[in-house]
Amino acid sequence: MTRKLLTGNGAAAWGARLSASDYIPAFPITPQTEIIETLAGWIDNSDLDARLVTLESEHSMITAAAAAASTGVRVFSATSSQGLLYGMEMLYTVAGWRSPFVLVNVSRGLASPITLGPDHNDIMAARDSGFLQIHCATCQEVLDSTLIAFRLAEHTRVRLPVIVNLDGFYLSFTREPVDIPDSKLARQYVGDYDAENIRFRASAPLSQAVAVLGGSPYSYFRYESHLAAQDSLEIYHEVTEEFNQLFGRQYDAIDCYRSDDADYVFVMMGSFATKAKEAVDQLRDTGFAIGLLRPRLMRPFPAQIFQQLLACKKGVAVIDQNLSMGMGGVLHSELAASLYGQAHAPPLLMSYIGGLGGRDISSEEFFEIASELRLSAEQGKTPPPRLLYTKTELREVRKLQAVAHVERQDLDEGNTHE
Amino acid sequence: MYRIRFHGRGGQGMKTASRILGTAFFLQGYEVQDAPRYGAERRGAPIFAYVRASKDPINERGIISQPDLVIVADDSLVPVPGAGVISGIDAHTVLLINSDEDPDTWKQRLNFNGSLFTLPVETEARAELRFIGATCTGAAARLLGVISRDALTQAIRQELAELGDAIVEENLSRALSAFGLMEAHAGTVNAGSVVSAHDYQRPQWVDLPFDQARISAPAIHAAATSIAVKTGLWRTMRPLIDYEHCNRCWWVCSTFCPDGAINVDDEGYPHIDYDHCKGCMVCVAQCPPHAIASIPEQDAQAADNEEARA
Repeated sequence: MTRKLLTGNGAAAWGARLSASDYIPAFPITPQTEIIETLAGWIDNSDLDARLVTLESEHSMITAAAAAASTGVRVFSATSSQGLLYGMEMLYTVAGWRSPFVLVNVSRGLASPITLGPDHNDIMAARDSGFLQIHCATCQEVLDSTLIAFRLAEHTRVRLPVIVNLDGFYLSFTREPVDIPDSKLARQYVGDYDAENIRFRASAPLSQAVAVLGGSPYSYFRYESHLAAQDSLEIYHEVTEEFNQLFGRQYDAIDCYRSDDADYVFVMMGSFATKAKEAVDQLRDTGFAIGLLRPRLMRPFPAQIFQQLLACKKGVAVIDQNLSMGMGGVLHSELAASLYGQAHAPPLLMSYIGGLGGRDISSEEFFEIASELRLSAEQGKTPPPRLLYTKTELREVRKLQAVAHVERQDLDEGNTHE
Repeated sequence: MYRIRFHGRGGQGMKTASRILGTAFFLQGYEVQDAPRYGAERRGAPIFAYVRASKDPINERGIISQPDLVIVADDSLVPVPGAGVISGIDAHTVLLINSDEDPDTWKQRLNFNGSLFTLPVETEARAELRFIGATCTGAAARLLGVISRDALTQAIRQELAELGDAIVEENLSRALSAFGLMEAHAGTVNAGSVVSAHDYQRPQWVDLPFDQARISAPAIHAAATSIAVKTGLWRTMRPLIDYEHCNRCWWVCSTFCPDGAINVDDEGYPHIDYDHCKGCMVCVAQCPPHAIASIPEQDAQAADNEEARA
């Protein structure tokens, strides 16, 4: 084991390397490209015995990934944001093939307007595709989750592709100390990919593009994938337990931080949740009994574990780094669905939207959320959802709009800049 | 925890500088987080990089709003609002600026009472600033006072290994010389504290009002706005056409220019639009008769000023 500074992208590449990936279909996109560049460099230097192929789009890349996985080889790929969406048709399609592979997504906000900063709308768009989702908060977790993802995807009771998600910039380009597991031990952990009856061969053709007209067989196939996804929670528990025994790092479906004896709880996903950890420590210093729950798994959604962990809490603040237009935060909705009607469910489930497009969330904002949470619990009222947005930010937007207004007038009057 | 911010222009090696400092901290037994921050990557545009270092695991992330040390590799960035060089500095912050001008001038200019150091010009001819990252890092390491000469040396060797021995040695010599120059100021930088939940400034949140799409759609209501953005300000090197040697091929430099900043006149002579040339030097590399020279922007500007005075 070596401990060194790695970016989240570097950690993802190490995950692919230690998993002995055979085939890596690729297409570049910021902020993911470094993963593919790193793997390509290793292949050039014979540090990695794999085949990397650049495809002409993410649509083809996802297809190639699943097609290769169907021949029984281990497949790794990576994308981000617009790229994930460009491949969306095939994301849904290949999940139904039940050919396991691992796809890393480096989260980045979606157009329009276009941006490079991170948020989770890209990965949430893949929520219902049949891919399982592991969300990471540190570079260490990116590496380890990639190994775990192969075990999960290839398990005979699962057989679904897995997305490992990390936040652009905040993890992708950020170096942190990472323990790189011993390669033999990592190999031992991931094992060989036993493709069982998934053996697509040119000499023995079979079809993946099955058409089933009529809803009955269609329902069967779709629901079987759902059952496999649900079942994978148990398998996740098994494979992370085994990981912990070998490497000494525990990755529960929900990361609990000072939440056992807490009256109040933050719920967040991804790397911004480490900021919430920091805020929890500071709030605890003032005697505020607050903790953090961070789901690592978005699919399968660990609903029952949430029910247990949140039982008898006085109030919960969900901070969503995504936005479902016309509804609000996705994690908030899913948590509400999980808790509704359950005995001892917390009476207060507040919704905050923050960190869109990488907008920072300050310590002061976490403190203020905690303060609103306690006040609302005491008053027994649930306030409406809130976007974390300050007067200063709005003033800056208004300034830009004033400039735009003048530009428009100039244009209407036929003035140009030249 | 130490919170350090590097400011420079794309191509001046600020990402590498932050990595050298990060690795040096790591070798000293610190937990470390280092990261660059930029938009769509481009040479000459303002970028920053940051380093956090602590004896405990680091949970903070993202931009550093209250830095303990700010390093400015290119003093022309200080007045650029978008560069955010002076954002969040207070009396606790130590400033290190690569500049010809003396510290007192900068203190007066910035109305800053804390510790401010300038890097002596002799450390590098202020042209391409090829080694400014290493120079800044060497000085920064000494100002921090917790990084040994050995750790700095090892960090440079590790981070620059791929560039070959000659470049490593050149960087090392600049870094160690800057490390030596700051000896009297070792440990000037103090680790900052965390924002306490006891007594904090409440965020002034607003409820975002509804605006109609004609206001709130992200459209630019004007044509050719890129003309108004003087991207020539990013240039650190200036291409200069020697018309004596230009063979009026009429197309090579203007076609290869990625920014369309070279126009050809009726007689077949190319003209560079310096308001928008970013100084990528693609034209210099492409010109068949080698008729385009590359000169430091600062020297070119000084010559322009001379000419204007004359």
